[in-house]
Amino acid sequence: MQNFSITSPSNLPAAAAAGQNSDTAFIAGGTDMMQLLKNNVITPSKLIDLEKLSLSEIKSENGVLRLGAMATMADVAAHPVVRQNWPAISRALLLSASPQVRNMGTMGGNLLQRTRCLYFRDTGFACNKRAPGSGCPAIPGDSRDLAILGTSPHCIATHPSDLPVALMALDAELELLTPEGTTRRMSLSKFYRLPGTTPHIESNLEAGQIITAVILADQAIGRLSTYLKVRDRTSFAFALVSAAVALDIEDGLIKNARVALGGVGTMPWRVHQVELALCGQKPSDRVFELATLRIGEGAQTTEMNAFKVKLAQRTVVRALQAISA
Amino acid sequence: MGGAKYAAEFELPDMAHAVLVQSTIAAGKILGFDLIAAKAMPGVLVIITPDNAEKLHNLKPAQQKVTYPLLQNADIKFNGQHVAVVVADTFERATAAAAAVRVHYRATKAVTTMDQAFSESVTPKNFSNGRAKPDSQIGETSPILPSGTLRVEQIYTTPIEHHNPMEPHATIAHWSGEQLTVWTATQGISGAQKALSSLFGLKPQNVTVICPYVGGGFGSKGNTWPPAVLAAMATRQVNRPVKLVVTREQMFTSNGYRPRTVQRIKLAANPDGRLLSVRHDVKTQTSMPEVGEFAEPSALITRMLYSAPSIGTSHRLVQVNHGLPTYMRGPGESSGAFAIESAMDEMAAALKIDPIDFRLRNYAERDPTADLPFASKALRECYAQGAAAFGWEKRNPAPRSMRDGHMLVGMGMATSSYPTNRMPASASVHLTADGSALVRSGTQDIGTGTYTTLAQVAADELGLPLGKVRTQLGDSRLPPAPVSGGSMTSASVVPAVQAAAQGVKAQLFALAISHGGFQWQSVSPDVLTLIDSAVDGPAGRIGIGQLFTLAKIKQLNATAGAQPAPDANDYSKHAFGAQFVEVRVDPDLGIVRVSRWVGAFDCGRVLNAKTARSQLIGGIIYGMGMALFEETRIDRNTGRITNANISDYLVAVNADVPEIETIIVDSIDPISNPLGTKGIGELPMVGAAPAIANAVYHATGTRIRDLPIRIEQLLA
Amino acid sequence: MSLPDTTRRTILGTVATLAALPTVSRADISEPDAVSGGLGLQNVTLQVNGQQFRVTLEPRVSLLDVLRETIGLTGTKKGCDHGACGACTVHVDGRRIVSCLTLAARCKSKKIVTIEGLSNGGDLHPVQAAFLHHDGFQCGYCTPGQIMSAVALIQEGHASSADEIREWMSGNICRCGAYPNIVAAVQDASGNVTEGG
Repeated sequence: MQNFSITSPSNLPAAAAAGQNSDTAFIAGGTDMMQLLKNNVITPSKLIDLEKLSLSEIKSENGVLRLGAMATMADVAAHPVVRQNWPAISRALLLSASPQVRNMGTMGGNLLQRTRCLYFRDTGFACNKRAPGSGCPAIPGDSRDLAILGTSPHCIATHPSDLPVALMALDAELELLTPEGTTRRMSLSKFYRLPGTTPHIESNLEAGQIITAVILADQAIGRLSTYLKVRDRTSFAFALVSAAVALDIEDGLIKNARVALGGVGTMPWRVHQVELALCGQKPSDRVFELATLRIGEGAQTTEMNAFKVKLAQRTVVRALQAISA
Repeated sequence: MGGAKYAAEFELPDMAHAVLVQSTIAAGKILGFDLIAAKAMPGVLVIITPDNAEKLHNLKPAQQKVTYPLLQNADIKFNGQHVAVVVADTFERATAAAAAVRVHYRATKAVTTMDQAFSESVTPKNFSNGRAKPDSQIGETSPILPSGTLRVEQIYTTPIEHHNPMEPHATIAHWSGEQLTVWTATQGISGAQKALSSLFGLKPQNVTVICPYVGGGFGSKGNTWPPAVLAAMATRQVNRPVKLVVTREQMFTSNGYRPRTVQRIKLAANPDGRLLSVRHDVKTQTSMPEVGEFAEPSALITRMLYSAPSIGTSHRLVQVNHGLPTYMRGPGESSGAFAIESAMDEMAAALKIDPIDFRLRNYAERDPTADLPFASKALRECYAQGAAAFGWEKRNPAPRSMRDGHMLVGMGMATSSYPTNRMPASASVHLTADGSALVRSGTQDIGTGTYTTLAQVAADELGLPLGKVRTQLGDSRLPPAPVSGGSMTSASVVPAVQAAAQGVKAQLFALAISHGGFQWQSVSPDVLTLIDSAVDGPAGRIGIGQLFTLAKIKQLNATAGAQPAPDANDYSKHAFGAQFVEVRVDPDLGIVRVSRWVGAFDCGRVLNAKTARSQLIGGIIYGMGMALFEETRIDRNTGRITNANISDYLVAVNADVPEIETIIVDSIDPISNPLGTKGIGELPMVGAAPAIANAVYHATGTRIRDLPIRIEQLLA
Repeated sequence: MSLPDTTRRTILGTVATLAALPTVSRADISEPDAVSGGLGLQNVTLQVNGQQFRVTLEPRVSLLDVLRETIGLTGTKKGCDHGACGACTVHVDGRRIVSCLTLAARCKSKKIVTIEGLSNGGDLHPVQAAFLHHDGFQCGYCTPGQIMSAVALIQEGHASSADEIREWMSGNICRCGAYPNIVAAVQDASGNVTEGG
């Protein structure tokens, strides 16, 4: 780890102003940042600590849920309103990492967690995301954990977090503060970027912009939602495949459906074609199975990760069964 | 808890910190270093490279136990090989400077996986340290088999696995005067003393090795690996104490691993379920010869496990540009049992005979290959008691026939066996007037409870309360004892402690007779006992303190050695067990979870039921990891390990482990050692992985022959 | 010869030998002029186990390394240094966290409790006693982290069933495989621990 300085601004404008330099980085819970620093994946000379900015409030008002960007994963998971009205979010968080890490990790930090691609995190390998233009040895290499959707010939790194998969399904918005001091909203669906030819640029967050909150407004779709995570061991492991699903069922028919996938995409992956196939249908195993057949459309697989197509289909079916039973 | 000091936790004044730099190519030569940036960084004291490293002595003989690379030349033989050591005033500064070291290489073509050189295998030169031959054969090599013979011929593979003890390998080295003192995480202080004195050309008495606690080893701390040597080299260079803690990532190329095995099993049996012939041919990977050689002896277990007129085995090595493999919990037996016990299950299924019944029909009353009687064997009792406790009779033999709701239920079993080992050891016992004793031996406690066991044995022998006996271990100045490996610590060291305690006891009895007064003078020592801190006999009781006063002494000491009895070689010595496991398999998602476990073991006499059970459970869980999670993955283009960390090299976590029932069958081995013990550390690991694979077959009808069992293999 | 069950008391070592260490300066760092800021050293006061420790450190130093290397509290263990094993678990402001992923410089004015601060004088904390009684450890290296996690888990209210304990103890890896005994110890202790214990 290279040395750096830390400053702890006590107000947002000061933090945003300080964060504009290219060799600065914001630090929230620090659980991923510390690993990136220790592995020399990033080498900022200045860290800006967001802890003193009072961004950890969880507020529910008029059906709108506002999760402060510095609210911890543990606090959000345990919050009664989240558990009742947005169970997929609570599940996704409880299935993330370990209790200790969830006590540290934050909403904003989890959205910005970097990929767990083993080639990205080891400077002994080339990596287009870490060192643009150096190549991607993962595609012909150890690709079992890597993405099958949204990939490019330059990068197949999987987005590792569980939370944004649930948030993506539930149409979350982000509240951002710009260095100029203005607040703006951005749909989470517009937040992440596909790797394309620039895999090192992962989101549309601009230099100095700070995520201040996650906003959830559409309560109708949240209540009947869940998150299912398939992993190699029972706990404390990243997803091979995960699914966040939500249904709005009226008079026995699916009025509205949301399906997003984790572990398979270069970003949290919403599958609209499945949602469309579910709408207007009466929930049944058959309907779920038919609807999920289209999950593999456009998938680019390797010999090692081709199984994820089938696994993703079945994971979504199982999740849909769980909430419609 | 929190007070036990492990190797990296001793405080020495003016301590410097060393950090390793490792290669990023698998084969080639170092052309040169660019150290300008690293040397300019704050706090850097020295950067040791092959250009300025101390030239070591006696490299050849030492290579038996100390392996490449020791910065003695510019050759690169594997990715992750140590190429430099950075020493600085703090850990953070040494780490940062290590990252700034630039190495220029000339890369040459590397063999990065076994498959690339599979046909070019070689015969091991030093198989099993010379205790066994690589090949064996009894009966006809290719017997003529009658028609109606059933055959199973399959290839089973196990991947590279890493020990991953929770305590990283760590050494504090201090060179002062002519004395080298090292605090190092090792399973063998005697071996470390020998290796370090030899390499640095020092007299053994000028090297002290200290290791009071070991945070797990599982074989990885058996040898003296390069980091300990490099720490010693560093302290000699900077003239201050140096601490070198290997990072978790670096541990994947610093201290051995279980090599990948490719095992071909051929079984032939008649329709009655009698084995007609057994063949087990093993290929495992080893490193390039300049690094060393290690052969995982996977087929040894097949030589003694079942009776058959024809049993043949072989071991061959494929040389790969990886570091040196080494012993890992149940070395040979764990990987070998996966192959032979999976194949036995396949044959039982082909014969439509219950797997236990099939094994009983081929029960070995004698060791078939060694042609010797077993020193003791209670495997039948393991099968019977394990099956009863597990409820084996409820198993419907048809695969995919048992369900619990949506989940497929599978029941599987496998046999376990591990050799009973013993080596010469010594110990001393010191008794003081207040009736407290100190036991000392140059062994080490790797988590098996050696401190407690040795104190218990001495307390028992001397008639003292346990609280009055202290144990001192882990210091090369103590009476020498063997490496803590091969499940032999109790068998080797306890007899030495007993002998030393008996030596003290004999002196006490002699004192009682000589100083006890008139009535004691005619008493024979044979009728005396030591009980409740007093000598007890026909002439009455004398307390230890009183006796010391009478004899005007302050302390009684005895040192004793103990070694295997010569007639022990007339027997085949093994512990046995039977593993029973129930799994739940999600038929759609391919997820396997272990739901129940019963292990019944014939491990001889048990000295401490509590710590014995802990070891049995621990071995089973290690085996669960082998079956379901563990695999070191290699990037085939660069030969670099991709998952060199414990969030991607998965081991079992608490949530993976169900209740485990252990049964210790009544058995005492009268031959192998005077205690009747047979060793516990490795046995419960053996058979665990095939029991799970067999249960998965029973649950799903899918036979998994390549570990670990993965979701994608079960996504039908 | 049959020996009684005994616990592994030796591994306790010297738990309660925390003499007052009012100030600890990292004398091995020679860069006094850099304390003022920039990329240099910072003076930080840490409150560990109820005592104040004034340390001079680089901002990059982890809480784990300050505890072990600077303050000398080596009960907190380094297993992976990447938050994947839980051996370094300590409590910060009453919550269990991994100290390897925590910058010490961010812990000013926070209450840190390590394994050394758990026992009250010579008395074992009930969770420590339960670990001894149930042989909830073998090599002992992961044990301080397991115990810090277990104490927190009980306070969080996650000890209602064996399965819940297994899940909420899964951030602490024990390679010796003491898990069933750990679960038994936590179950046992959860009945004994009083509020605030």
